[in-house]
Amino acid sequence: MISIINYEAGNLTSVKRALDYLKIPNEITNDPQKILSSKAIIFPGVGAAGAAMSYLKKQTLDQTLKQAKKKSIPILGICLGCQVILDFSEEGNTKTLGLIKGKCKKFSLDLKENGIPINIPHMGWNQVQLHKECLLFEHIDSASEFYFVHSYYPDPHPEFIIGTTCYGLNFCSVLGQTGLWAVQFHPEKSGRPGLKLLENFYNFAWRRYNA
Amino acid sequence: MLSKRIIPCLDVRDGKLTKGIKFKQNIDIGDPVESARIYYEQGADEIVFYDITASHEGRGIMLKVVEKVASQIFIPFSVGGGIASVQDMKDVLLAGAEKISINSAAVKNPSLITEGAELFGSQCIVVGMDVLKVPPSQHIPSGYEVVIHGGRKPTGLDALKWAQKVESLGAGEICLNSIDADGTKQGYELNLTKLIAEQVRIPVIASGGAGHPEHMVEAVTTGKASAALIASIVHYGEWSIPDIKKYMHQKGVKVRIVW
Repeated sequence: MISIINYEAGNLTSVKRALDYLKIPNEITNDPQKILSSKAIIFPGVGAAGAAMSYLKKQTLDQTLKQAKKKSIPILGICLGCQVILDFSEEGNTKTLGLIKGKCKKFSLDLKENGIPINIPHMGWNQVQLHKECLLFEHIDSASEFYFVHSYYPDPHPEFIIGTTCYGLNFCSVLGQTGLWAVQFHPEKSGRPGLKLLENFYNFAWRRYNA
Repeated sequence: MLSKRIIPCLDVRDGKLTKGIKFKQNIDIGDPVESARIYYEQGADEIVFYDITASHEGRGIMLKVVEKVASQIFIPFSVGGGIASVQDMKDVLLAGAEKISINSAAVKNPSLITEGAELFGSQCIVVGMDVLKVPPSQHIPSGYEVVIHGGRKPTGLDALKWAQKVESLGAGEICLNSIDADGTKQGYELNLTKLIAEQVRIPVIASGGAGHPEHMVEAVTTGKASAALIASIVHYGEWSIPDIKKYMHQKGVKVRIVW
């Protein structure tokens, strides 16, 4: 069972729909016990960092996630989930979970691409350039694109940078370490390559669980 | 760098496509879910459903369509047509759509844009604009007027001013439809597209007039649009999405060619 963490941050059902389509057992939950006994955790979310953190704390889910990391339960953060696993977010100057060293920054309105000022949010399809091997991207064509919607971007400690994306600047779009990953894009909305990534995550969790 | 998006638009009434869609193999399909699924598999970057249902029952059917689409199609899609309240928006988003498109309702009640953006995020709120070319005047200096009710009712709003206003109210995107170009297959209204796209910092989707992939190339280069909406060019099987993307790619436009 994969737990999709419910912290009232946007539409969690799209992740559920993608997992259902892949026939991967899953449940949307905010129950710490269920979360800590699951094979893997997906930490999605759309919305603001501040509101997300206060809800997580209220439900003691911040502690649950820290314990899950200690227990080596595979975790995949998506979008806002990718941002709040860092130490700090410029969005509302929020202290965040700190599962991975780093912070989350806002795209500057001064950024340009080909001389044209960028639109914010960064919304649409973009590529990911991998800087190290990552199990999540196994059997995914390196020219694949993924669907992004965000105004803030992760800026982790360099040792956790796995992949980057160019939008006015090169920002980190995939980060973490084996078993604790986060992606800034929405795999559940990125067509076949995105579904493959979710499947890869589940396969990793399944292997780890059965090891 | 973001890819330019190609977005097929499907017109739905009472849960069915208003016209069957012919795919290259010349099969005719009247089911919006199945048609959307084929476009998804062919590499559409996003899909727009335009619901022209009038009845209350019909709208319930549309929500079922949205749910079915969301369980089979894993790219963003939006629903427009008849959305007039925050509750309408919520229903459609909960059924699984990424975005909702409002048009006449935004003109009648601009605060709906802000309410929607605050509740669901700007990225959810697309404002559709139907625009007609008119002689420039004091009220409409750009020479482009916003019209509503499918182009039948002029509003007295200048298209450029309205575009800037919807941006400031919190719209995340503008879908810009030229009534003059719509259905002509002679290409998008490039002057209008460029005018708006250069003056706002939110993405503009060009709409109306696509008859050849060269028109999509023009829309996203000369017209500075972020995306191009297409309908009959793909619905009648004249061009397929992969062929359109291949054409654009060969012309040097960044499009998503692996899916």
